[in-house]
Amino acid sequence: MIVDIEKLSVDYAGIKALEDVSFGIAEGDFLGIIGSNGAGKSTLFRCMLGLHTQYDGTIKFFDQDIRDSKRYLSQIGFVPQKPVVDRNFPATIREVVSMSQNSNDSKKVEEALQKVWMHELADRRIGDLSVGQQQRVFIAKALVNSPKILVLDEPVTGIDVYNKDLFFQILGELNTREKISIIWSSHDLDAVERLANKVACLNKTLFFHGISEEFFSDDEMLKKYSETSMQMHMHHH
Amino acid sequence: MTFESVTYESIPHALVSGIAISLLCSAVGLFLVLRKFSLFGDGLAHSAFGGVAFGLFIGVYPLWIACAVAILSALGLTKIRQKFDISSDAIVAILLSTGLGAGVILIGLTEDFEFHDIEEFLFGSAIVDTQNVITILVMTGVILAILFFTYKKLLYSTFSEEQAKASGIPVEKMSYLLITIAGVTVIISMQLIGVLLISALFVLPNVSSMLYARSFKQTMILSMSFATFATVSGIFISYQFDISQAGCIVLIAAAIFIGSLIVKSSGLVKTAGIVAKAR
Repeated sequence: MIVDIEKLSVDYAGIKALEDVSFGIAEGDFLGIIGSNGAGKSTLFRCMLGLHTQYDGTIKFFDQDIRDSKRYLSQIGFVPQKPVVDRNFPATIREVVSMSQNSNDSKKVEEALQKVWMHELADRRIGDLSVGQQQRVFIAKALVNSPKILVLDEPVTGIDVYNKDLFFQILGELNTREKISIIWSSHDLDAVERLANKVACLNKTLFFHGISEEFFSDDEMLKKYSETSMQMHMHHH
Repeated sequence: MTFESVTYESIPHALVSGIAISLLCSAVGLFLVLRKFSLFGDGLAHSAFGGVAFGLFIGVYPLWIACAVAILSALGLTKIRQKFDISSDAIVAILLSTGLGAGVILIGLTEDFEFHDIEEFLFGSAIVDTQNVITILVMTGVILAILFFTYKKLLYSTFSEEQAKASGIPVEKMSYLLITIAGVTVIISMQLIGVLLISALFVLPNVSSMLYARSFKQTMILSMSFATFATVSGIFISYQFDISQAGCIVLIAAAIFIGSLIVKSSGLVKTAGIVAKAR
Protein backbone atom coordinates (compact mmCIF):
# COMPACT_ATOMS: atom_id res chain seq x y z
CA MET A 1 0.00 0.00 0.00
CA ILE A 2 1.32 3.45 -0.84
CA VAL A 3 -1.33 5.12 1.31
CA ASP A 4 -2.64 3.63 4.53
CA ILE A 5 -5.33 5.34 6.58
CA GLU A 6 -6.18 3.85 9.97
CA LYS A 7 -9.13 4.83 12.18
CA LEU A 8 -9.17 8.45 11.02
CA SER A 9 -11.58 10.63 12.99
CA VAL A 10 -11.98 14.40 12.75
CA ASP A 11 -14.04 16.57 15.00
CA TYR A 12 -14.86 20.26 14.29
CA ALA A 13 -15.96 21.90 17.56
CA GLY A 14 -17.85 18.83 18.73
CA ILE A 15 -19.28 17.95 15.29
CA LYS A 16 -17.96 14.78 13.72
CA ALA A 17 -16.64 15.36 10.21
CA LEU A 18 -15.06 11.90 9.84
CA GLU A 19 -15.44 8.88 12.05
CA ASP A 20 -13.24 5.80 12.17
CA VAL A 21 -12.29 5.82 8.48
CA SER A 22 -9.79 3.14 7.42
CA PHE A 23 -8.66 2.18 3.93
CA GLY A 24 -5.56 1.74 1.82
CA ILE A 25 -4.50 2.70 -1.69
CA ALA A 26 -2.29 0.43 -3.77
CA GLU A 27 0.22 1.58 -6.39
CA GLY A 28 -1.50 2.26 -9.72
CA ASP A 29 -4.97 2.60 -8.19
CA PHE A 30 -7.46 5.07 -9.57
CA LEU A 31 -9.60 5.67 -6.52
CA GLY A 32 -12.85 7.59 -6.81
CA ILE A 33 -14.05 8.98 -3.50
CA ILE A 34 -17.77 9.64 -3.61
CA GLY A 35 -20.15 11.18 -1.13
CA SER A 36 -22.50 14.13 -0.94
CA ASN A 37 -21.62 17.62 0.29
CA GLY A 38 -20.60 17.45 3.94
CA ALA A 39 -19.73 13.74 3.72
CA GLY A 40 -16.13 14.52 4.71
CA LYS A 41 -14.33 14.25 1.34
CA SER A 42 -12.56 17.61 1.58
CA THR A 43 -11.75 17.01 5.27
CA LEU A 44 -10.18 13.68 4.32
CA PHE A 45 -8.08 15.42 1.64
CA ARG A 46 -7.06 18.22 3.99
CA CYS A 47 -5.82 15.65 6.49
CA MET A 48 -3.98 13.67 3.81
CA LEU A 49 -2.23 16.81 2.54
CA GLY A 50 -1.22 17.98 6.00
CA LEU A 51 -3.51 21.04 5.82
CA HIS A 52 -5.54 19.82 8.82
CA THR A 53 -3.53 18.25 11.61
CA GLN A 54 -6.11 17.94 14.40
CA TYR A 55 -7.22 14.36 13.87
CA ASP A 56 -7.22 10.99 15.59
CA GLY A 57 -5.83 7.90 13.90
CA THR A 58 -2.91 7.56 11.53
CA ILE A 59 -2.26 8.45 7.89
CA LYS A 60 0.74 6.85 6.23
CA PHE A 61 2.18 7.67 2.82
CA PHE A 62 4.89 5.30 1.57
CA ASP A 63 4.92 3.61 5.02
CA GLN A 64 5.73 6.89 6.80
CA ASP A 65 3.38 8.57 9.27
CA ILE A 66 2.72 12.02 7.78
CA ARG A 67 3.00 13.54 11.27
CA ASP A 68 6.69 12.61 11.30
CA SER A 69 7.73 14.27 8.05
CA LYS A 70 6.33 16.43 5.27
CA ARG A 71 8.72 14.98 2.73
CA TYR A 72 5.96 12.83 1.24
CA LEU A 73 4.37 15.98 -0.20
CA SER A 74 7.13 16.19 -2.82
CA GLN A 75 5.75 12.97 -4.33
CA ILE A 76 2.17 14.20 -4.42
CA GLY A 77 0.54 16.49 -6.93
CA PHE A 78 -2.57 18.30 -5.68
CA VAL A 79 -5.30 19.75 -7.88
CA PRO A 80 -7.73 21.86 -5.83
CA GLN A 81 -11.50 22.17 -6.19
CA LYS A 82 -12.41 25.10 -8.43
CA PRO A 83 -9.29 27.26 -8.70
CA VAL A 84 -9.68 30.77 -7.37
CA VAL A 85 -7.41 32.78 -9.61
CA ASP A 86 -7.29 36.56 -9.36
CA ARG A 87 -7.87 37.75 -12.90
CA ASN A 88 -5.16 40.37 -12.55
CA PHE A 89 -2.51 38.16 -11.00
CA PRO A 90 0.53 38.86 -13.18
CA ALA A 91 1.78 35.35 -13.91
CA THR A 92 1.93 33.40 -17.13
CA ILE A 93 0.89 29.76 -17.38
CA ARG A 94 4.56 28.80 -17.59
CA GLU A 95 5.30 30.73 -14.38
CA VAL A 96 2.36 29.14 -12.54
CA VAL A 97 3.53 25.63 -13.49
CA SER A 98 7.14 26.33 -12.47
CA MET A 99 6.12 27.88 -9.11
CA SER A 100 5.80 24.47 -7.48
CA GLN A 101 8.86 23.05 -9.22
CA ASN A 102 11.65 21.76 -6.98
CA SER A 103 14.28 22.32 -9.68
CA ASN A 104 14.73 24.96 -12.40
CA ASP A 105 14.43 22.50 -15.28
CA SER A 106 12.38 24.32 -17.93
CA LYS A 107 12.13 21.12 -19.98
CA LYS A 108 9.99 19.53 -17.27
CA VAL A 109 7.63 22.52 -17.38
CA GLU A 110 7.24 22.09 -21.14
CA GLU A 111 6.62 18.35 -20.75
CA ALA A 112 4.00 18.90 -18.05
CA LEU A 113 2.24 21.49 -20.24
CA GLN A 114 2.31 19.15 -23.22
CA LYS A 115 0.66 16.38 -21.19
CA VAL A 116 -2.37 18.61 -20.61
CA TRP A 117 -2.27 20.21 -24.10
CA MET A 118 -1.59 23.69 -22.79
CA HIS A 119 1.95 24.21 -24.16
CA GLU A 120 0.79 26.48 -26.98
CA LEU A 121 -0.75 28.92 -24.49
CA ALA A 122 2.23 28.86 -22.12
CA ASP A 123 2.92 32.61 -22.31
CA ARG A 124 -0.63 33.73 -21.65
CA ARG A 125 -1.70 35.19 -18.35
CA ILE A 126 -3.34 32.60 -16.08
CA GLY A 127 -6.27 34.94 -15.37
CA ASP A 128 -7.16 35.07 -19.09
CA LEU A 129 -8.03 31.35 -19.22
CA SER A 130 -11.39 29.67 -18.72
CA VAL A 131 -11.91 27.67 -15.51
CA GLY A 132 -11.51 24.41 -17.46
CA GLN A 133 -8.22 25.55 -18.98
CA GLN A 134 -7.02 26.75 -15.58
CA GLN A 135 -7.72 23.29 -14.13
CA ARG A 136 -5.58 21.74 -16.87
CA VAL A 137 -2.78 24.15 -15.92
CA PHE A 138 -3.16 23.02 -12.30
CA ILE A 139 -2.77 19.41 -13.39
CA ALA A 140 0.43 20.42 -15.22
CA LYS A 141 1.57 22.18 -12.04
CA ALA A 142 0.84 19.03 -10.06
CA LEU A 143 2.80 16.93 -12.60
CA VAL A 144 5.92 19.07 -12.81
CA ASN A 145 7.74 17.26 -9.99
CA SER A 146 6.90 13.81 -11.46
CA PRO A 147 4.63 12.78 -8.56
CA LYS A 148 3.69 9.19 -7.72
CA ILE A 149 0.22 10.21 -6.60
CA LEU A 150 -2.23 12.81 -7.88
CA VAL A 151 -4.85 14.08 -5.44
CA LEU A 152 -7.83 15.86 -6.99
CA ASP A 153 -10.60 17.43 -4.91
CA GLU A 154 -13.77 17.67 -7.05
CA PRO A 155 -11.71 19.13 -9.88
CA VAL A 156 -14.43 19.44 -12.52
CA THR A 157 -17.03 21.42 -10.57
CA GLY A 158 -18.27 24.26 -12.77
CA ILE A 159 -16.37 23.14 -15.88
CA ASP A 160 -18.01 22.89 -19.30
CA VAL A 161 -18.65 19.47 -20.88
CA TYR A 162 -15.83 19.77 -23.45
CA ASN A 163 -13.16 20.58 -20.86
CA LYS A 164 -14.61 17.99 -18.47
CA ASP A 165 -14.21 15.21 -21.08
CA LEU A 166 -10.71 16.43 -21.89
CA PHE A 167 -9.89 16.46 -18.20
CA PHE A 168 -11.09 12.86 -17.74
CA GLN A 169 -9.13 11.76 -20.81
CA ILE A 170 -5.95 13.31 -19.39
CA LEU A 171 -6.50 11.63 -16.00
CA GLY A 172 -7.05 8.24 -17.66
CA GLU A 173 -3.83 8.59 -19.66
CA LEU A 174 -1.82 9.66 -16.62
CA ASN A 175 -3.04 6.59 -14.74
CA THR A 176 -2.56 4.02 -17.49
CA ARG A 177 0.48 5.38 -19.36
CA GLU A 178 2.41 7.22 -16.66
CA LYS A 179 1.37 4.78 -13.88
CA ILE A 180 0.44 7.64 -11.57
CA SER A 181 -1.91 6.62 -8.76
CA ILE A 182 -4.94 8.87 -8.58
CA ILE A 183 -7.14 9.81 -5.64
CA TRP A 184 -10.11 11.76 -6.89
CA SER A 185 -13.25 12.98 -5.16
CA SER A 186 -16.35 13.53 -7.23
CA HIS A 187 -20.13 13.81 -7.28
CA ASP A 188 -20.20 12.44 -10.81
CA LEU A 189 -21.02 8.74 -10.40
CA ASP A 190 -20.96 8.09 -14.17
CA ALA A 191 -17.44 9.45 -14.47
CA VAL A 192 -16.27 7.50 -11.41
CA GLU A 193 -17.76 4.30 -12.84
CA ARG A 194 -16.02 4.97 -16.15
CA LEU A 195 -12.58 5.91 -14.82
CA ALA A 196 -11.93 4.54 -11.34
CA ASN A 197 -10.90 0.96 -10.59
CA LYS A 198 -11.60 1.42 -6.87
CA VAL A 199 -14.32 3.32 -5.03
CA ALA A 200 -14.52 4.66 -1.51
CA CYS A 201 -17.94 5.83 -0.43
CA LEU A 202 -17.98 8.34 2.41
CA ASN A 203 -20.75 9.50 4.64
CA LYS A 204 -18.63 10.74 7.55
CA THR A 205 -17.91 7.02 7.98
CA LEU A 206 -16.67 4.80 5.19
CA PHE A 207 -19.52 2.54 4.11
CA PHE A 208 -17.87 1.03 1.06
CA HIS A 209 -14.33 0.60 -0.12
CA GLY A 210 -13.45 -1.83 -2.85
CA ILE A 211 -13.54 -2.57 -6.54
CA SER A 212 -15.55 -0.12 -8.62
CA GLU A 213 -17.51 -2.79 -10.53
CA GLU A 214 -18.64 -4.39 -7.27
CA PHE A 215 -20.05 -1.10 -6.05
CA PHE A 216 -21.80 -0.15 -9.26
CA SER A 217 -23.28 -3.63 -9.82
CA ASP A 218 -24.68 -3.80 -6.30
CA ASP A 219 -28.17 -2.27 -6.39
CA GLU A 220 -28.49 -2.40 -2.62
CA MET A 221 -25.28 -0.42 -2.25
CA LEU A 222 -26.34 2.17 -4.81
CA LYS A 223 -29.70 2.52 -3.08
CA LYS A 224 -27.97 2.97 0.26
CA TYR A 225 -25.67 5.59 -1.31
CA SER A 226 -28.56 7.61 -2.73
CA GLU A 227 -30.47 7.39 0.57
CA THR A 228 -27.54 8.64 2.63
CA SER A 229 -26.82 11.34 0.04
CA MET A 230 -30.43 12.47 0.31
CA GLN A 231 -30.21 12.51 4.11
CA MET A 232 -27.03 14.61 3.99
CA HIS A 233 -28.65 16.94 1.48
CA MET A 234 -31.73 17.40 3.71
CA HIS A 235 -29.48 17.88 6.73
CA HIS A 236 -27.60 20.68 4.91
CA HIS A 237 -30.79 22.49 4.05
CA MET B 1 6.62 74.13 7.39
CA THR B 2 10.02 74.20 5.76
CA PHE B 3 11.49 71.23 3.95
CA GLU B 4 15.16 70.47 3.81
CA SER B 5 16.18 71.52 0.31
CA VAL B 6 18.16 69.38 -2.09
CA THR B 7 21.59 70.88 -2.55
CA TYR B 8 23.93 70.23 -5.48
CA GLU B 9 26.33 68.38 -3.14
CA SER B 10 23.61 66.14 -1.75
CA ILE B 11 22.39 64.95 -5.16
CA PRO B 12 24.82 62.01 -5.67
CA HIS B 13 24.01 60.54 -2.24
CA ALA B 14 20.29 61.08 -2.75
CA LEU B 15 20.45 59.47 -6.20
CA VAL B 16 22.38 56.38 -5.11
CA SER B 17 20.23 55.75 -2.05
CA GLY B 18 17.07 56.72 -3.97
CA ILE B 19 17.71 54.17 -6.73
CA ALA B 20 18.46 51.44 -4.17
CA ILE B 21 15.28 52.25 -2.25
CA SER B 22 13.22 52.31 -5.45
CA LEU B 23 14.37 48.83 -6.43
CA LEU B 24 13.72 47.55 -2.94
CA CYS B 25 10.30 49.13 -2.39
CA SER B 26 8.94 47.99 -5.75
CA ALA B 27 10.21 44.41 -5.28
CA VAL B 28 8.87 44.03 -1.73
CA GLY B 29 5.75 46.03 -2.57
CA LEU B 30 4.80 43.71 -5.43
CA PHE B 31 4.32 40.80 -3.02
CA LEU B 32 2.33 43.01 -0.64
CA VAL B 33 0.09 44.34 -3.44
CA LEU B 34 -0.56 40.82 -4.76
CA ARG B 35 -1.45 39.64 -1.25
CA LYS B 36 -4.04 42.49 -1.05
CA PHE B 37 -1.82 44.01 1.63
CA SER B 38 -1.10 47.29 -0.15
CA LEU B 39 -1.39 49.47 2.93
CA PHE B 40 0.76 47.21 5.06
CA GLY B 41 3.80 49.38 4.31
CA ASP B 42 1.84 52.35 5.62
CA GLY B 43 0.91 50.44 8.77
CA LEU B 44 4.54 49.44 9.30
CA ALA B 45 5.72 53.01 8.73
CA HIS B 46 3.27 54.40 11.29
CA SER B 47 4.24 51.82 13.89
CA ALA B 48 7.86 52.71 13.10
CA PHE B 49 6.92 56.31 13.87
CA GLY B 50 5.95 55.11 17.34
CA GLY B 51 9.41 53.52 17.52
CA VAL B 52 11.12 56.76 16.43
CA ALA B 53 9.25 58.65 19.13
CA PHE B 54 10.23 56.01 21.69
CA GLY B 55 13.88 56.30 20.59
CA LEU B 56 13.78 60.08 21.00
CA PHE B 57 12.04 59.68 24.37
CA ILE B 58 14.71 57.35 25.80
CA GLY B 59 17.54 59.15 23.99
CA VAL B 60 18.62 56.24 21.75
CA TYR B 61 19.23 56.52 17.98
CA PRO B 62 15.59 56.19 16.86
CA LEU B 63 15.93 54.34 13.54
CA TRP B 64 16.90 50.95 14.97
CA ILE B 65 14.35 51.20 17.77
CA ALA B 66 11.79 51.96 15.04
CA CYS B 67 12.93 48.91 13.09
CA ALA B 68 12.50 46.61 16.10
CA VAL B 69 9.10 48.12 17.02
CA ALA B 70 7.76 47.91 13.44
CA ILE B 71 8.85 44.31 12.87
CA LEU B 72 7.80 43.00 16.27
CA SER B 73 4.39 44.65 16.20
CA ALA B 74 3.78 43.47 12.61
CA LEU B 75 4.80 39.89 13.43
CA GLY B 76 2.68 39.93 16.60
CA LEU B 77 -0.37 41.23 14.77
CA THR B 78 0.11 38.72 11.96
CA LYS B 79 0.13 35.91 14.52
CA ILE B 80 -3.06 37.35 16.06
CA ARG B 81 -4.63 37.67 12.60
CA GLN B 82 -3.91 34.01 11.85
CA LYS B 83 -5.16 32.81 15.23
CA PHE B 84 -8.34 34.89 15.44
CA ASP B 85 -9.05 35.22 11.71
CA ILE B 86 -9.01 39.04 11.68
CA SER B 87 -9.01 40.66 8.22
CA SER B 88 -5.83 42.16 6.75
CA ASP B 89 -7.24 45.69 6.44
CA ALA B 90 -8.24 45.67 10.13
CA ILE B 91 -4.71 44.61 11.07
CA VAL B 92 -3.26 47.51 9.05
CA ALA B 93 -5.66 49.93 10.76
CA ILE B 94 -4.62 48.63 14.20
CA LEU B 95 -0.91 48.85 13.32
CA LEU B 96 -1.29 52.34 11.89
CA SER B 97 -3.38 53.94 14.62
CA THR B 98 -1.57 52.31 17.55
CA GLY B 99 1.84 53.34 16.22
CA LEU B 100 0.69 56.90 15.64
CA GLY B 101 -1.12 57.10 19.00
CA ALA B 102 1.92 55.86 20.92
CA GLY B 103 4.17 58.19 18.91
CA VAL B 104 2.09 61.29 19.66
CA ILE B 105 2.04 60.55 23.40
CA LEU B 106 5.79 59.86 23.55
CA ILE B 107 6.62 63.04 21.61
CA GLY B 108 4.48 65.00 24.06
CA LEU B 109 6.47 63.51 26.94
CA THR B 110 9.90 64.10 25.37
CA GLU B 111 11.73 67.02 26.94
CA ASP B 112 13.39 69.64 24.70
CA PHE B 113 11.63 68.18 21.68
CA GLU B 114 11.84 70.14 18.46
CA PHE B 115 9.70 69.42 15.43
CA HIS B 116 12.81 69.20 13.25
CA ASP B 117 13.81 66.01 15.14
CA ILE B 118 10.81 64.17 13.76
CA GLU B 119 10.26 66.04 10.49
CA GLU B 120 12.74 64.00 8.46
CA PHE B 121 11.07 60.79 9.58
CA LEU B 122 7.62 62.09 8.65
CA PHE B 123 8.38 63.68 5.29
CA GLY B 124 11.79 62.33 4.33
CA SER B 125 15.08 64.15 4.03
CA ALA B 126 16.93 65.37 0.98
CA ILE B 127 20.26 64.88 2.68
CA VAL B 128 21.53 61.35 3.26
CA ASP B 129 25.01 61.05 4.81
CA THR B 130 27.65 58.60 3.55
CA GLN B 131 27.15 56.23 6.48
CA ASN B 132 23.44 55.95 5.70
CA VAL B 133 24.08 55.52 1.97
CA ILE B 134 26.32 52.55 2.79
CA THR B 135 23.69 51.10 5.16
CA ILE B 136 20.99 51.50 2.48
CA LEU B 137 23.16 49.84 -0.19
CA VAL B 138 24.14 46.91 2.03
CA MET B 139 20.58 46.31 3.24
CA THR B 140 19.24 46.59 -0.32
CA GLY B 141 21.78 44.01 -1.49
CA VAL B 142 20.92 41.63 1.35
CA ILE B 143 17.14 41.93 0.91
CA LEU B 144 17.24 41.62 -2.89
CA ALA B 145 19.45 38.53 -2.51
CA ILE B 146 16.93 36.99 -0.06
CA LEU B 147 14.10 37.76 -2.49
CA PHE B 148 16.07 36.27 -5.38
CA PHE B 149 16.59 32.97 -3.55
CA THR B 150 13.09 32.72 -2.07
CA TYR B 151 10.94 34.38 -4.75
CA LYS B 152 9.49 31.13 -6.06
CA LYS B 153 8.24 30.10 -2.63
CA LEU B 154 7.04 33.62 -1.86
CA LEU B 155 5.26 33.82 -5.20
CA TYR B 156 3.64 30.41 -4.77
CA SER B 157 2.36 31.19 -1.28
CA THR B 158 1.11 34.54 -2.61
CA PHE B 159 -0.66 32.87 -5.54
CA SER B 160 -2.40 30.20 -3.47
CA GLU B 161 -1.72 29.66 0.21
CA GLU B 162 -3.56 26.32 0.26
CA GLN B 163 -1.81 24.86 -2.78
CA ALA B 164 1.57 26.06 -1.54
CA LYS B 165 0.92 24.39 1.84
CA ALA B 166 -0.12 21.19 0.09
CA SER B 167 3.22 21.28 -1.77
CA GLY B 168 5.10 21.41 1.53
CA ILE B 169 6.03 25.10 1.38
CA PRO B 170 6.29 26.65 4.87
CA VAL B 171 3.68 29.31 4.11
CA GLU B 172 3.63 30.86 7.59
CA LYS B 173 7.41 31.19 7.68
CA MET B 174 7.27 32.84 4.23
CA SER B 175 4.73 35.37 5.58
CA TYR B 176 6.96 36.18 8.53
CA LEU B 177 9.95 36.54 6.22
CA LEU B 178 8.04 38.95 3.97
CA ILE B 179 6.87 41.01 6.95
CA THR B 180 10.39 41.24 8.34
CA ILE B 181 11.76 42.25 4.94
CA ALA B 182 8.99 44.83 4.54
CA GLY B 183 9.76 46.20 8.02
CA VAL B 184 13.46 46.66 7.24
CA THR B 185 12.59 48.18 3.84
CA VAL B 186 10.29 50.72 5.49
CA ILE B 187 12.96 51.72 7.99
CA ILE B 188 15.75 52.25 5.47
CA SER B 189 13.38 54.05 3.09
CA MET B 190 11.98 56.32 5.79
CA GLN B 191 14.91 58.70 5.67
CA LEU B 192 14.45 59.53 2.03
CA ILE B 193 10.71 59.31 1.55
CA GLY B 194 9.25 59.65 5.06
CA VAL B 195 6.62 57.76 7.08
CA LEU B 196 3.63 59.49 5.51
CA LEU B 197 4.54 58.86 1.87
CA ILE B 198 6.27 55.51 1.97
CA SER B 199 3.37 53.33 0.83
CA ALA B 200 3.38 55.26 -2.47
CA LEU B 201 6.65 53.60 -3.50
CA PHE B 202 5.31 50.21 -2.41
CA VAL B 203 2.07 50.49 -4.36
CA LEU B 204 2.10 52.98 -7.27
CA PRO B 205 4.92 51.49 -9.43
CA ASN B 206 3.45 48.03 -8.98
CA VAL B 207 -0.15 48.80 -9.92
CA SER B 208 1.15 50.80 -12.88
CA SER B 209 3.28 47.92 -14.13
CA MET B 210 0.45 45.40 -13.65
CA LEU B 211 -1.47 47.36 -16.29
CA TYR B 212 1.12 46.47 -18.93
CA ALA B 213 2.94 43.32 -17.92
CA ARG B 214 1.86 39.77 -18.62
CA SER B 215 4.28 37.84 -16.44
CA PHE B 216 5.54 38.21 -12.89
CA LYS B 217 9.08 38.90 -14.06
CA GLN B 218 7.93 41.60 -16.48
CA THR B 219 5.85 43.18 -13.71
CA MET B 220 8.81 43.24 -11.34
CA ILE B 221 11.22 44.75 -13.91
CA LEU B 222 8.71 47.35 -15.10
CA SER B 223 7.80 48.29 -11.55
CA MET B 224 11.46 48.77 -10.64
CA SER B 225 11.92 50.94 -13.74
CA PHE B 226 8.90 53.13 -12.88
CA ALA B 227 10.03 53.52 -9.27
CA THR B 228 13.58 54.41 -10.30
CA PHE B 229 12.35 56.92 -12.88
CA ALA B 230 10.03 58.55 -10.32
CA THR B 231 12.80 58.78 -7.74
CA VAL B 232 15.54 60.10 -10.03
CA SER B 233 13.32 62.67 -11.72
CA GLY B 234 11.76 63.57 -8.34
CA ILE B 235 15.19 64.36 -6.91
CA PHE B 236 16.14 66.57 -9.90
CA ILE B 237 12.80 68.39 -9.97
CA SER B 238 12.93 69.06 -6.24
CA TYR B 239 16.47 70.46 -6.69
CA GLN B 240 15.40 72.60 -9.63
CA PHE B 241 12.33 74.11 -7.95
CA ASP B 242 13.43 73.86 -4.32
CA ILE B 243 10.42 71.81 -3.27
CA SER B 244 9.92 68.66 -1.20
CA GLN B 245 11.85 65.72 -2.62
CA ALA B 246 9.55 62.98 -1.23
CA GLY B 247 6.48 64.86 -2.47
CA CYS B 248 7.98 65.12 -5.97
CA ILE B 249 8.81 61.39 -6.06
CA VAL B 250 5.30 60.42 -5.01
CA LEU B 251 3.60 62.79 -7.45
CA ILE B 252 5.69 61.51 -10.35
CA ALA B 253 4.86 57.92 -9.40
CA ALA B 254 1.18 58.95 -9.29
CA ALA B 255 1.52 60.67 -12.70
CA ILE B 256 2.98 57.44 -14.15
CA PHE B 257 -0.04 55.57 -12.80
CA ILE B 258 -2.54 58.05 -14.22
CA GLY B 259 -0.67 58.11 -17.54
CA SER B 260 -0.75 54.30 -17.62
CA LEU B 261 -4.49 54.30 -17.01
CA ILE B 262 -4.97 56.72 -19.92
CA VAL B 263 -2.72 54.68 -22.24
CA LYS B 264 -4.51 51.51 -21.19
CA SER B 265 -8.04 52.87 -21.63
CA SER B 266 -7.14 54.34 -25.01
CA GLY B 267 -6.41 50.79 -26.16
CA LEU B 268 -2.81 51.51 -27.16
CA VAL B 269 -1.61 48.63 -24.98
CA LYS B 270 -3.54 45.40 -25.15
CA THR B 271 -2.02 43.34 -22.34
CA ALA B 272 -4.63 42.22 -19.81
CA GLY B 273 -4.49 44.14 -16.60
CA ILE B 274 -6.41 45.85 -13.85
CA VAL B 275 -8.62 48.04 -16.05
CA ALA B 276 -9.69 45.02 -18.05
CA LYS B 277 -12.01 44.21 -15.13
CA ALA B 278 -14.02 47.37 -15.78
CA ARG B 279 -14.93 46.32 -19.30
